[in-house]
Amino acid sequence: MAETSKQTISIREYPVDEHPDKNYLNHDKGILSWLITLDHKRIGLLYLGSITFFFFLGGVLALLLRTELLTPAQSILDADTYNQIFTLHGAIMIFLFIIPSIPAALGNFFLPMMIGAKDVAFPRLNLASFWIYVAGALFALFSIVTGAVDTGWTFYTPYSTETGTAVVSMTLGVFIMGFSSILTGINFIVTLHKLRSPGQAWGKMPLFLWSLYATAIIQILATPVLAITLLLLIMERVLGVGIFDPALGGDPILYQHFFWFYSHPAVYIMIVPAFGIISELISVFSRKTIFGYWAIALSSLAIAFIGFLVWGHHMFVSGQSELSSVVFSFLTFFVGVPTGIKIFNWVATLYKGSIDLKTPMLYALAFLFLFTIGGLTGIMIGALSVNVHLHDTYYIVAHFHYVMMGGTVIALLGGIHYWWPKMTGRMYNEVWGKITCAVIFFSFNMTFLPQFVMGSQGMPRRYFNYLEEFQGLHQFSTIGSYILGLGFVMMALYLAYSLFRGPKAPPNPWGARSLEWMTSSPPTHHNFEYTPVILHGPYDHHQPEHEFRMGLVSESKETHG
Amino acid sequence: MNKIIEYLLPPQRSTVASEVDSLFMFINVAGFILFAGIMLTILIFVIKYRRKSEDDVTPVITHNSLLEITWTIIPIILILIVFAWGFRGFMTLSTPPPNAYEIQVKAASWLWEFEYPNGGTTLNEVFVPVDQPVKFIMRSDDVLHSLFIPDFRVKMDILPNRYTSIWFEATETGQSILYCSEYCGSGHSAMLATVHVLSKQEFEEWLETGLEVDEDMPLADLGRQTYTAAGCNACHTLDGTDRIGPSFLNLFGSERTLTDGRTVTADEDYIRRSIIDPNAEITAGYPANMPSYAGRLSDRQIDGLIAFIKELHD
Repeated sequence: MAETSKQTISIREYPVDEHPDKNYLNHDKGILSWLITLDHKRIGLLYLGSITFFFFLGGVLALLLRTELLTPAQSILDADTYNQIFTLHGAIMIFLFIIPSIPAALGNFFLPMMIGAKDVAFPRLNLASFWIYVAGALFALFSIVTGAVDTGWTFYTPYSTETGTAVVSMTLGVFIMGFSSILTGINFIVTLHKLRSPGQAWGKMPLFLWSLYATAIIQILATPVLAITLLLLIMERVLGVGIFDPALGGDPILYQHFFWFYSHPAVYIMIVPAFGIISELISVFSRKTIFGYWAIALSSLAIAFIGFLVWGHHMFVSGQSELSSVVFSFLTFFVGVPTGIKIFNWVATLYKGSIDLKTPMLYALAFLFLFTIGGLTGIMIGALSVNVHLHDTYYIVAHFHYVMMGGTVIALLGGIHYWWPKMTGRMYNEVWGKITCAVIFFSFNMTFLPQFVMGSQGMPRRYFNYLEEFQGLHQFSTIGSYILGLGFVMMALYLAYSLFRGPKAPPNPWGARSLEWMTSSPPTHHNFEYTPVILHGPYDHHQPEHEFRMGLVSESKETHG
Repeated sequence: MNKIIEYLLPPQRSTVASEVDSLFMFINVAGFILFAGIMLTILIFVIKYRRKSEDDVTPVITHNSLLEITWTIIPIILILIVFAWGFRGFMTLSTPPPNAYEIQVKAASWLWEFEYPNGGTTLNEVFVPVDQPVKFIMRSDDVLHSLFIPDFRVKMDILPNRYTSIWFEATETGQSILYCSEYCGSGHSAMLATVHVLSKQEFEEWLETGLEVDEDMPLADLGRQTYTAAGCNACHTLDGTDRIGPSFLNLFGSERTLTDGRTVTADEDYIRRSIIDPNAEITAGYPANMPSYAGRLSDRQIDGLIAFIKELHD
C-alpha cells in the first residue's frame, strides 16, 4: 500500500490537420442524425438555433410593446393584448432564451473541448436535456395559442390564480424546462470533475469553465425551488388548495419569497456565464495573461453563494417585515464587491497588453460599459430608501435590461463572434461585424437610458397608458428600439452570408491559447484524435503556441517504478 | 448638477423627499466618478496598448496584492455608507409619527377609495392637510396593488389579507399624482388618483362641506362629475372605442347580449343594476371584473350617471 507508483508518460506535439475531410458537421448526414445526436457540439448548435428563434420571437414582441408606447393612449394594441405581450416577452426572454443561452449553447459546445474531452460525461442525458427543453417550450407556445398569459413573467398571486388566461400550461412549461436546466448543470459538474485532460489542474481551466461551474451549482440548487413553487401554484389553481391565495387561506407574500428564492439566483444563472466569456475575450484580444485568475474564478463562486441570500431585495415594499428588508439590503451590497473585483481585473488585464479591436473585443468593451452601468444602478436600487421610490418603475426595467441585455446578450454576441470560426469553419466579415456592434451599442443606450430617467421621474412599469409628460422619452426609447432591431437584422444577414460564402477559418484565427483552438475549424467528431496534455495555463500567451498542442504518445504506455 | 437631479426626480413635496434625494444624488455622483474613471482607464489602455505588430510580446502580470486589496476595500466602504444612508431613510419612511392623521385606503380593481375619520369617503381623489403627518392604512379588495406617490417618495404594496401602511407629511399645497404600481390586470395603468394637499384651514372646511354631494347640481352634470371622480373613465370611454368595458356612447337603449345568451335593454334599471352588482349581467365579450359601487355612490350620483349616459348619443 505504501508503495509509490510513479507514472511516466511520453508526450509529443500533434500538429493540427487544418481542413480534415470529415468534421462534426459532415460526420453523419440527414435530419435524424441531428435530432438524435449525442455529439455535444451538435446539441450545442440545436440549442443555439432554438434560442435564436426565441430571441427573435421575444424581440418582435418587444418592438410591438415599444410601438404601442409611442402614444400615451391606446394605439395599436388593447390593454389586455398589451398585458399578454409584455408577459410573453418576459417569459420567453427569460425562460426560453437567456437561461439556456450561454450555458446550453456555447457551454455545451466548448466545455468538453476546453478540457480536451470527447464529449460531456453523460451524452444521452445531454440529449434528453435538449428534448425536455423543447417539450417545455412547446407547452409555453401552446399557452400562447390557447388564451395567452397576462400575469407578468413573475406570476404573482393572487392575480395568477384568478386570471382567466392559460397560466397552468405556461407554468407547466417553465416547470418542465427547469429539469432541462438541472440536468445540464449536473452534466457539466460531473464532466468538469471527471473528464479533464492530464495536466489540467483546476487552476489551468479557462475561466469560462469556472463560470459554467458556478452556474451549474446554482442551477442544481435553485431550480428545484422554482419547480416546487410552480407546482404549488398549479395545485392552487387546479385543485383549489390554499397556499398563496388569501381567499383560500394562503399568503401572497409566501409566493413572492418562493419565487424570488429561485429567481434571484437565476439572475446569476444568466449573468455568471457572461463573465466567463468576457474573461476569455479580454485575455485573448489583449494577448496577455489574465490578471487575477483566482480572484475572477472564486468571485464567480462567491457571487453564486451570496446570490442565494439576497432574494428579499425584490420585496422591500411588498409588506415583508422591515427587519428582513434591512438584512436583505445589507447582504445585497456584498454581491457588488466580487462583481466590482471582476471588472477591475478585466481592466487590469488590458494594461500593457497588445490590444486588437476585433469584433468580439468590441463586444467585450461594450459589455464593460453597459454592465458597469447595470451594476452601479443596482447599488442605487439596493439602497432601501431610494428603492422605495424606484421600485416597480421604469428604473428597474432599465436596470435589468442593462444587466441582462447589456451584460448577458452582449457577452453572448461577443462569444458567438469569437467562436463562430470554430463552430462553422468560416470567418465572418470583420467590417460589418464592427459596424453592427456599434449600431447595437448606441441604439441599446438610446432605448434604455431614457428609461432610467422616466423611472426616476416616477413612471410605473407595466403601464399600457401613461401620462403625456413621458411621451418624449418614450418615443426616443421606441426609436432606439427600432434601430436596435435593425442591428440584429444586419447581424443575421452577414452571419448567414458567412455561413455559405465566408472564407475558410484557420484553426486558431485569434492566437488563443485554450484547447478548443488546438484542433481544426470546424472540429472533428471526437474533437481531438489524441489525448491532450496540458502544460501551461489557458492564458499563457508568453509560451509558444506549439506547446499547447501536446498529447499522449500512447494511451497505455505507463511504467511502475 | 442640481439641475440634473431636479430634472431626474419629481418635485420634493414631502418631508422625507429631500433625504431620499440626497442619497440618490450621492450614489449618482459617486457612481459616475467610478464609472468615468473605469471608462477613461479602458480608453487610455486601448489607445496606448493597441496591437502594433503580430509579434507583440506582453508582460506576465498575474496579480498585485496591494492593488487588489485597494479595489476590494474602497467599494466595501462605499457600500457601507450607502447601506447606512438608505437604512436611515427607510427607518423614517417606516416609522409614522404618533400624531398622524389616519385615512383608510381601500384598493380594488380598479379604483381607490379613501375613508376619513368622520366617515366620509372619496373615490380616486384624496384630500390631505399640509404640514401634518398623514398615515394611510391600506387593504385590497382583490389582488395585489401598490400605492405610489412620486412627489412624496412613498410606495407600499397593498394586500388582500393584511393591512399595510405608509405615512408622509406634505410640505406644500397643490396636486400630486397617485399611481397603482403593482401590476393588477387590464385596468392597471388607469388606476390613478389625485392627491389634493390643502392648507389646514381649507382642509377643515373641506371636511365640513366637501364630502357632501352637491344636491342642487343638475343630474347630468352630477353624472359627468361622477364619471371621472368615481373612475368610470378608466374603463368606459365616451367616444365609442372599447377599452375594458363597453363605451358609454349610444349605450342607453341599446340591446345587450349577455354572457349567458339572454338579451336585455340597457334602460335605467339595467344601468343601475350594472353599477350596484356589475358582474351579475355582463355583456358578452367583456371581462367580469368591475368592482361594485354599492355604498360607494349615493342614489343621486347613480341617477346622475344614468342621466349622463342617456345624453351620450351620436
